[in-house]
Amino acid sequence: MGRGGSHAAPAAASPPWHALPDEVWEHAFSFLPADSDRGAAAAACRSWLRAERRSRRRLVIANCYAASPQDAVDRFPSVRAVEVKGKPHFADFGLVPPGWGAAAAPWVAAAADGWPLLEELSFKRMYVTDDCLEMIAASFRNFQVLRLVSCEGFSTSGLAAIAAGCRNVRELDLQENEIEDCSIHWLSLFPESFTSLVTLNFSCLEGDVDITVLERLVTRCRNLKTLKLNNAIPLDKLASLLRKAPQIVELGTGRFSADYHLDLFSKLAAAFAGCKSLRRLSGAWDAVPEYLPAFYCVCEGLTSLNLSYATVRGPELVKFISRCKNLQLLWVMDLIEDHGLAAVASSCNKLQELRVFPSAPFDAAEQVSLTERGLVDVSASCPMLESVLYFCRRMTNEALITIAKNRPNFTCFRLCIIEPHTPDYITHQPLDAGFSAIVESCKGLRRLSVSGLLTDRVFRSIGAHADRLEMLSIAFAGNSDLGLHYILSGCKSLKKLEIRDCPFGDKPLLANAAKLETMRSLWMSSCSLTLGACRQLARKMPRLSVEVMNDPRRACPLDSLTDESHVETLYVYRTIAGPRSDTPACVQIV
Amino acid sequence: MGEAAEGSKTLHNWMGEPRPGDQDDEDKTLQLSLGLPGGGGGGGWTTPGREKGNHSVAGSSMLSLGYSNAAPFSPCSQGKAKGSPAASTGHALASTHNASQTRSPNAPVIGWPPVRTFRRNLATSSRASLDHQKGKMAAKPEEATKRAPFVKINMDGIPIGRKIDLNALDCYENLSLAVDKLFRGLHAAQQDPLAAGTRECPQESVAISGLLDGTGEYTLVYEDYEGDRVLVGDVPWGMFVSSVKRLRVLKTSDLSSSVSTSSQHPAYADPAFRFLTSHNPCS
Repeated sequence: MGRGGSHAAPAAASPPWHALPDEVWEHAFSFLPADSDRGAAAAACRSWLRAERRSRRRLVIANCYAASPQDAVDRFPSVRAVEVKGKPHFADFGLVPPGWGAAAAPWVAAAADGWPLLEELSFKRMYVTDDCLEMIAASFRNFQVLRLVSCEGFSTSGLAAIAAGCRNVRELDLQENEIEDCSIHWLSLFPESFTSLVTLNFSCLEGDVDITVLERLVTRCRNLKTLKLNNAIPLDKLASLLRKAPQIVELGTGRFSADYHLDLFSKLAAAFAGCKSLRRLSGAWDAVPEYLPAFYCVCEGLTSLNLSYATVRGPELVKFISRCKNLQLLWVMDLIEDHGLAAVASSCNKLQELRVFPSAPFDAAEQVSLTERGLVDVSASCPMLESVLYFCRRMTNEALITIAKNRPNFTCFRLCIIEPHTPDYITHQPLDAGFSAIVESCKGLRRLSVSGLLTDRVFRSIGAHADRLEMLSIAFAGNSDLGLHYILSGCKSLKKLEIRDCPFGDKPLLANAAKLETMRSLWMSSCSLTLGACRQLARKMPRLSVEVMNDPRRACPLDSLTDESHVETLYVYRTIAGPRSDTPACVQIV
Repeated sequence: MGEAAEGSKTLHNWMGEPRPGDQDDEDKTLQLSLGLPGGGGGGGWTTPGREKGNHSVAGSSMLSLGYSNAAPFSPCSQGKAKGSPAASTGHALASTHNASQTRSPNAPVIGWPPVRTFRRNLATSSRASLDHQKGKMAAKPEEATKRAPFVKINMDGIPIGRKIDLNALDCYENLSLAVDKLFRGLHAAQQDPLAAGTRECPQESVAISGLLDGTGEYTLVYEDYEGDRVLVGDVPWGMFVSSVKRLRVLKTSDLSSSVSTSSQHPAYADPAFRFLTSHNPCS
């Protein structure tokens, strides 16, 4: 190990670099932004390992089963902020049965024991109970941030425990959780002396909220920057809340509908006029078009607009969005239609992220005029556009090739053509050429979802060109094992691969077994896998956990199944924790 | 089929050329290579000849644009060719044990399109609120817009809410029975926590009745999209289903003036009044 080459240090002038005290290295490591860089530093030598792990403050456990809670606590004793993610992504769409796992309780228990100074806890797609929340409230004297995303298993009783017990909580951020409403007025359990709230997001809560209590809370928390309301707040109350919190930076309006009355409109417009710092806006569920102009005075300052649950449509919608000249993020329903996106393209040139969601995903008869045209327009006119999620019903290779040429700077491209196997609607060809163009042009692409009619050819392109790709989602695509082989033998940076309903079988899986240990996880459902291959994979790769599930409603009798039997769902992930012990009956670890 | 004979044990890339170096022995024994999948059975691959740029149907290249050797995999789509030339070949990859092949062709595909549950309910209820905006609400109760099937229902005094499938019921009478069935056990448990432990005496729990006519200890109310609370039972069933957002079972004695009837009559709490309105339970 060199000591800096030709510059030999004069004796006693300064210590050799590897004898510097830990604090120096800890300070140096604090400048490393990415956890992966810190991890690499820790692997260099023992003293760096010691210095790095003792000074690590933020920890992300991207798969709660990759390591045990005790492993995490032992290795990183000084952590102040933890994020743990549980179920695989396809759980969002109902492909993972209830009771599958991802319980937060072991993590909370280990944290309570090993990280008493913990300040931030974030759970995503995990099963969080009221007991967990009560334990959090009781265990961390300086607890400040609780973020729960796509979780379930808890109720407003748990929230009450947090409100009552966490004296210093700054952020309570509940995103898209299933929360049981126990009709407990949890908001009123924040003590009168409590003023430290900076973020309050209860938009996913279904129940009623005591508005008077909310108003008092908002009034005394002068540092409140983010407020996201639920369905229970009527429009006139929204106006009065805004008057009490004009310093707000991010607002979720919850509902935005009422019969049109001029005085209510004026009240709203005046309230918004007072919010000079408002930058991010969401909600507007059930928005009534006549009320949209109330937003006009904040449009100029908005950088983020999330109307993805807003069912409003028509000229008022387009006029409103077109006024938001500084928009960087726009999430909207396909009710905006192509002409609306054309207006966005010409008005919102700073756009970086666009998501267009389907208003009628299950109803083919519901025709909304949103096609490939809208996406082409936006990608042509918005030079900073780098992230797209787009649901539509038709696409052409030509459109995709044009988009690829215009926007080589995509980092995330997710296209969902709603009907499986839909070809180019003009040429009737598969969309291989279009998606190939995307991966060839967008060298920085990190996330890709493909759809429509696709053959193995597109996977050859993806495997060969998508060097930075970290997450790939495939559905109803490909025509042979070759497709999967191209992906697993290429895609140098692949971390997460999720596949459903593709004709991929055992051979490419086994041929690329080693690849799976370089990835976080692989999901394959409704493909052509047999149990024998899964058994072989598990034998060959002891550091992978190979989980199979056939019928989510029945126990999986693994021992009685032959090697030839079909595997409906395979979920493989690398782990240092060995096989988990909390599988439900329908899931078996091979 | 060229120099890459069947007996070859080296891994070939798609051009039929041997792959550079680092394949371990185990990989080589798997004999992976390219070729038409249909012939080999079991989804295997076979070794290719040299790429001759030959894109004929019978040619070795399976990768020519527009021609896929196997039909699209999911049986769901076999009925709807969508102009894919592959549909004419008709046969999916040979895997005889694929459970998804037993799916009926027109069965809804689980988890597709990939939208979250929040968004599913929005899709159906958004049409209800869209119509609301256009004032079509009162028009055609029998063609009521399809409602999200499960509506939340809470009962006074019971912390756990339930969900009820209105599409599975067809009249108020059945709704009342369903509510009784849902909450009777929980209600009895609330009254006497000790009884909850024993399963032997279900017949001792008291039926929850009189929900619709004000005669019972509890009354059924609902909240509509405007946030108003309305007594259940006044409007035709279809109209009710399309406008109800959630249900509540309230103590009759607690009914306050925040609850209204569709006709805004102040005598809502008077049991006699309920009999006077023309109320056909199973219209």
